[in-house]
Amino acid sequence: MNLDTLYQEVILDHYKNPLNKKLSPTFDAQVHHINPSCGDEITLNLTAVDGVITAITWDGVGCSISQASVSIASDLLVGKSFEQAEAISDDFVELMQSKGKKVGDEAVLEDAVALAGVSQYPARIKCALLGWMAIKDASIQAQTK
Amino acid sequence: MTFNPIEVRKDFPIFTRTIRDGKRLVYLDSGATAQKPQSVIDAEVDFYRLHNAAAHRGAHQLAEEATDLFEGARAKVAAFIGAAVDEVVFTKSATESLNLVAYAMGNAPVGNRFHLSTGDEIVVSQMEHHANLIPWQQLAARTGAVLRWFDVTPEGRLDLSQIPQLITDRTKVVALTHQSNVLGTINPLSEIVAAAHAVGAVVVLDACQSVPHMKVDVTELDIDFLAFSGHKTVGPTGVGVMWGRSALLEELPPFLTGGSMIADVSMTTATWAPAPAKFEAGVPNMAQAIGLGAAVDYLSAIGMDVIAQHEHALTQDLLAKLLDINEVAVVGPLNMGNRGGAISFTVAGIHPHDLGQFLDSQGIAVRTGHHCAWPLTRSLGVPATTRASLYLYNSVEDNDALIDGVKSAMRYFK
Ligand SMILES: Cc1ncc(COP(=O)(O)O)c(C=O)c1O
Repeated sequence: MNLDTLYQEVILDHYKNPLNKKLSPTFDAQVHHINPSCGDEITLNLTAVDGVITAITWDGVGCSISQASVSIASDLLVGKSFEQAEAISDDFVELMQSKGKKVGDEAVLEDAVALAGVSQYPARIKCALLGWMAIKDASIQAQTK
Repeated sequence: MTFNPIEVRKDFPIFTRTIRDGKRLVYLDSGATAQKPQSVIDAEVDFYRLHNAAAHRGAHQLAEEATDLFEGARAKVAAFIGAAVDEVVFTKSATESLNLVAYAMGNAPVGNRFHLSTGDEIVVSQMEHHANLIPWQQLAARTGAVLRWFDVTPEGRLDLSQIPQLITDRTKVVALTHQSNVLGTINPLSEIVAAAHAVGAVVVLDACQSVPHMKVDVTELDIDFLAFSGHKTVGPTGVGVMWGRSALLEELPPFLTGGSMIADVSMTTATWAPAPAKFEAGVPNMAQAIGLGAAVDYLSAIGMDVIAQHEHALTQDLLAKLLDINEVAVVGPLNMGNRGGAISFTVAGIHPHDLGQFLDSQGIAVRTGHHCAWPLTRSLGVPATTRASLYLYNSVEDNDALIDGVKSAMRYFK
């Protein structure tokens, strides 16, 4: 196994220059998620208008995988309806659980396909999912608000 | 005979395998769990192959052999820590040992010296592993006692100046780690033990990171309870030790109840067997305890002082080499006084999880994260660190492999 399959250039770019890493002053839902096995933490704000996600902002500490993953998700899922976001998120979870057997549909997942290599490192899957689970949680809260 | 870690490694079959496409295994994670020598593996396997039966039960030869081997292991462990045989209780782990003491105290009725209530205090430290924090925190919550703690100084030592304010007439328990699994700090005990005993409190020592690495004698330390895990002591998983002074074990109520721990039973009442049986309900983890007996035999044959000296020299070497790298910050004492072989560090610009992954690609096993001491790492302002922990089978070439690995990671993640 080559480490470069895990640390794609795209991931390291997102890690060094994360998108939307500044909490918005207003939001429809705010969540705080922790990965208890490694100590990574994220606070995430989500705003939606008429069932469409209009902003995802976040702050947190974590490894390159967790930080890049939330950066990618916070970009990809904006402009999507809650249903679309959920479908994309399900695709991503499936990719992460594929044990290296899937490459991911770039038309759906865009930059997130760069995280495909994570699926070969079981200990890192939780890192990649931290932000996505936070978005899922925030989406549910925003919809029930 | 001079001590040579390369020779020692030959006793541990795992070092014949390779890691990540043919790389030499550089195992720097013994703080999490130690590798096992062949003699320990054999002891466990032989028990199952040749002697398996329920110890203390059954009127047959196998039961007799199983009992002899199990009790023999107890005697070995007792000798290893300077205890009386009946003071050694086998548990499944240090975590269970510490929970045993805490839950048993929680079962103590009014009038029992271990009974806790509002106004009583339990003292821990900020450098505790979750296993020696949460049982006390929760015992306090259940009984109304107050949890207090020693702070940790920026260089990773206990703040002993707090003794008079922390250990008072209200103190019932002082539960402390002997050696921090994160910082490597070895806590000086004599002053704390004296203060605790002066107010009638008991001292519970989490010796998970000391018993495997240096001579620990419960009588010399003058403590009251001690816990350690077999698997960190080159022994099997699934076995731990809870040692307690015999007079205290007599007064301490049981934690788990069931078979083999009773003196007499009716439908509505039961009385307890004397220790250690009182604290070992059910058919015990015989194969694992016997494996632990083989483990302490193995360590004793080399000599705990020899092992401690070897680790001391290695730690000094690794600390100096790490501190030579500008981007590295060591979290824990930088000088070798009262310091063991767990070295936590951060590398500027690289998250520990990424560093650990990179080192793994080089065949180097380290631990990353908060090391089950989250309140400590948070208080030190480092959410996560990378930890290298050294043991008898590590050598200077392992240190050098780590240093090379850290430098390569710095280039990789630049
Ligand atoms: C200082 C310390 N205390 C307690 C424990 C708990 O040991 P175990 O997980 O074997 O029960 C550990 C190991 O993880 C430790 O390092």
